[in-house]
Amino acid sequence: MQYLLMIYQNEVEYAKIDAATSQKILAEYQSFTQDIIQNGNFKAGDRLQPTTTATTVRVRDGKTLTTDGPFAETREQLGGYYLIEAKDLNAAIEIAARIPSARIGSIEVRPIWVYEK
Amino acid sequence: MTPGEIDKIFRDEAGRALATLIRLVGDFDLAEDALQDAFAVALERWACEVPDNPRAWFVNVAKHKAIDRIRRQAVFRGKQQALVHELELNALGPDEPTATLDDDMLRLIFTCCHPAFAPEVQVALTLRTVCGLSTMQVARAFLVGEEAMAQRLVRAKQKIRLAGIPYEVPEREMLAPRLDGVLAVIYLVFTEGYVATEGADLMRPDLASEAIRLGRLLNRLMPDRAGIKGLLALMLLHDARRAGRQTPAGDIVLLEEQDRSLWHRAQIDEGLRLVEHALRVPGRPQPYAVQAAIAALHARAPSFEETDWPQIAGLYEVLLRINPSPVIELNHAAALSMVDGPARALDLVDAIAARGGLRGYELLPAVRADLLRRLGRTEEAREAYRAATVATQLEPLRRLYARRMREMG
Repeated sequence: MQYLLMIYQNEVEYAKIDAATSQKILAEYQSFTQDIIQNGNFKAGDRLQPTTTATTVRVRDGKTLTTDGPFAETREQLGGYYLIEAKDLNAAIEIAARIPSARIGSIEVRPIWVYEK
Repeated sequence: MTPGEIDKIFRDEAGRALATLIRLVGDFDLAEDALQDAFAVALERWACEVPDNPRAWFVNVAKHKAIDRIRRQAVFRGKQQALVHELELNALGPDEPTATLDDDMLRLIFTCCHPAFAPEVQVALTLRTVCGLSTMQVARAFLVGEEAMAQRLVRAKQKIRLAGIPYEVPEREMLAPRLDGVLAVIYLVFTEGYVATEGADLMRPDLASEAIRLGRLLNRLMPDRAGIKGLLALMLLHDARRAGRQTPAGDIVLLEEQDRSLWHRAQIDEGLRLVEHALRVPGRPQPYAVQAAIAALHARAPSFEETDWPQIAGLYEVLLRINPSPVIELNHAAALSMVDGPARALDLVDAIAARGGLRGYELLPAVRADLLRRLGRTEEAREAYRAATVATQLEPLRRLYARRMREMG
């Protein structure tokens, strides 16, 4: 099965982290990503620019409306994702728990919708 | 055989038959529907002749019903074809090893108690599928409407399928934490049966019985686990006092007033034996086993006054070390009041209240009220009883507090 692991954490808090710690976390991310690539779980994954760069788009009555900022103001923000292949939810949870940000923020695990052909 | 007798066999076997069927057909809903089909067939055929092994009969007939159902579905394609083929090959013989069937039951229990479900969903799924309660009965257990409960169960089963919650017993390092989750579900069912959260009745014995049944089942499937034995002992010992805990009119009889000859002796003996086993299992002491040891001291005491209060207070201190919680602190304070007197206990309770860890816990004002009453601080006691009355949704508790206030004059 495929799962999207969405990484949520508080951007403002994260921005306050000192350079050395930030380097360490980055290194942890690299080794985690390498690990799930080698185990065949990795499908895709990216880090996102902060929500200050976000634009939200809606089309109403044929008109495109854009607003500055994310869709919803929340305490933790979507900061990145992995798309993984895993045997089942237990395996997906186990992988999610190894994402470095799981220790600071939260990882939402969502199965990918499969259309019956 | 009468329909009533067939229904009884079905109720006894349904949980286990379902557990195996889910493994075979890989889908909760399909397994449940097929099992109901098989039950309908049993009602027709068993009037004349009952099979030797009803469970294997249910599984095999239901399996064929499942195949029929899959074939009837509009979209019958590759994946389902393969499933039907596999199902036709794997007939469940009467000689199926018991270990496989036991594993199926454990798979079902661990799946229903998966931490990806909210606790109340875990309880609902367990009562519905493992215990075989009807949706109506589960709804009543939660004091919600049948429609709302049916929705909740549908969503839960959908999540099993769509999120890929595996039908398996967790392995190695995952087993211990997941087992704790299962025990928590069983204990939740039991406590709701022991002292209901709200309503007209103090107890809901059907829920307590279901929890004990689950505890027995788990203890048989996974022997030598201190946590399971401890929980089962705890439930048996608490439940053994059932007949003494209320008047025929449904009023609460406090532990100090209970006629101990009404307690269920055989059940107490069983509980006591289990506590000893639980405490002998190597490893660090399990919270349920320690709680059961406390219940055992109450069960053994010839009277309220002759209870071994110092040892009970000591066991609560052990609990506070291995599993600290404000509720345990409150119980510890209540036990200590019987050793060091109510004044010192009141200091502890006020300290807990000042920290605010028990906000909303309805029994805190009740414990305070009792201590104040024993200290002769009538006005403060009255105020605390009023707070306790507001805090509870349970009618018998409200009547108990009213009685205490009347007694104080």
